[in-house]
Amino acid sequence: MDGFGVTFAFWILAAVTLVAGSGVMVSRNLLHAVLFLILAFVGVAGFFVLLSAEFIAMAQVIIYVGAIAVLVLFAVLLTPRASRDNSETVWALPGMLLAVCLAAIFLFVVHDTQWKTMTDAPLLTTQDLGRSLLGTWVLPFEIASVLLTAALVGAIMLTRSAEEEAEDALA
Amino acid sequence: MMPFLATDKWYDLRDLANISSAILDGADRILPFGLVYVLAALIGFVASFLIFVLPSQLFVGVYGERKLIGRIQSRYGPNRVGPFGLLQPIADTIKLLQKEVLTPTRSDRLVMYIAPIFFVAPAVLLFAVIPFGPNMVFADIPVSLMYFLAISSLPVLANFMAGWSANNKYSLFGAIRIVAMTISYETPLVMSLLGAVVITSTLSLQGMVLWADEYKIWLAFVQPLALVIYFICVSAELNRTPTDIAEAESEIVAGYLTEYSGMKWGLFYGMDIGYAIAASAFAATVFLGGWTLFGLEKWVPPWMIFIGKTHLFYALFIWTRGTLPRLRSDQLMAFAWKYLLPLALFNLFIVVTERMIWSEEGYDKAYIYLFAIFNILVSGLLVFAWARFNGYRPDDVPMRPRLVKEARGYVPLGENE
Repeated sequence: MDGFGVTFAFWILAAVTLVAGSGVMVSRNLLHAVLFLILAFVGVAGFFVLLSAEFIAMAQVIIYVGAIAVLVLFAVLLTPRASRDNSETVWALPGMLLAVCLAAIFLFVVHDTQWKTMTDAPLLTTQDLGRSLLGTWVLPFEIASVLLTAALVGAIMLTRSAEEEAEDALA
Repeated sequence: MMPFLATDKWYDLRDLANISSAILDGADRILPFGLVYVLAALIGFVASFLIFVLPSQLFVGVYGERKLIGRIQSRYGPNRVGPFGLLQPIADTIKLLQKEVLTPTRSDRLVMYIAPIFFVAPAVLLFAVIPFGPNMVFADIPVSLMYFLAISSLPVLANFMAGWSANNKYSLFGAIRIVAMTISYETPLVMSLLGAVVITSTLSLQGMVLWADEYKIWLAFVQPLALVIYFICVSAELNRTPTDIAEAESEIVAGYLTEYSGMKWGLFYGMDIGYAIAASAFAATVFLGGWTLFGLEKWVPPWMIFIGKTHLFYALFIWTRGTLPRLRSDQLMAFAWKYLLPLALFNLFIVVTERMIWSEEGYDKAYIYLFAIFNILVSGLLVFAWARFNGYRPDDVPMRPRLVKEARGYVPLGENE
């Protein structure tokens, strides 16, 4: 990374992502937490753009912001007690302990890994990504989609009530 | 890019990038570091406002829409303020600015304050990747189609914030409805655009325009079914009248806008038009050949052709708004999943097969015209066959509403003919 603009953008994005991330933890209102989470996702998408991975950045916005965040909003809405009365719980201390442990592991791994720096990295385009995803690695790709379809069908089966079963048996 | 427009003559108005780059290059030499970006932003703002935003937003979006709907419904539309009522949008804006902005006491004030701002920002961002001419594209990124889809999935969050923060059950109903509709209609929308991507083998909007220019055919003819699905889906996502169940006045007051007033409401209203224009610009770029018009772009400025096509597509939105009645919530949801999604999958299957045949034949130009004829026929057949299969069939004797005068008095329904 070089140039004033890129460095400036990096620090701005880092600040936005970190503030949003801590907002997720601090905010008492669950819906505010979800909105902060969306902001954090957008910040991460910005990092992908800085790394010249436009396709992944766009996929990040479409999937995480456009789909998953909206589903989380739905889940929060359909559980009415969840969005309020989030006072201190007995789990605050163990949670913090777990977070510290996790952060320690991450920092250790990041610090201990020998990061290779490449001066002449090959410029990968979206076409290359598509070719390898649907050419070389098509089988894992398809297996992943079959897995998602199975999960979808399973979710529908789990949420069917007895009345709906009876209605379908009649029809 | 294009040889005939690759000129460095600043006075060549066929591509406004010439004059803007001439000014900015000159300014960069005399101004200190960084100030040229400020100047570029100012020039871009003023120029885009004069050429595109003001005419589109106020005079096509507000005035033209009201006038055309008035004509469709056998009335005059705005005709009091200024000549032909042309100043009506300005009067409306002044009225909105003067109105008091009310905020309910028990609402979530901060979220309610942010929501309109968060609704405006993506509408501006959307135009960054739209090519107005050979060089008149602000961000010519290779994945601009995905960028457009990504940014256009953001405003629904603003709608949701608006509906939830007002602490009003009708607002919340509207918010839930718009989120449900957006999730449902996003799927066939992306599927239909996938057909366009497969046949042009590019994700760049400028690349799609150049494809249309190279093969001398609009994608609307090669992918007619995709255009129809795109139009219906985007109409549902934009919450426009035949499908505006999120703010259906007859059911849930005004949906997520119930508690908004003054210019906060005005931002939502204005940017609804902004999003519709952005969607029209996207459709004009992808399906109607963008700034090309079969050689005419050498003589007429390409950006004028493009803006003309955008407004033409926007007229379709106005037409459906003026003529079609509103759908019910469950009808709209079923339509997305049971009708549009299978059609989009059929279309994708056909276009992938065609693409394979085409690559076997060495990308011969003649094949694309064959595919166009085949696709138009098959699309028509599919639309009717799938409708019949789902049990939608037109009445043999449709009941026509008749003017009272023509029928010589009131005629109860079903007794005429």
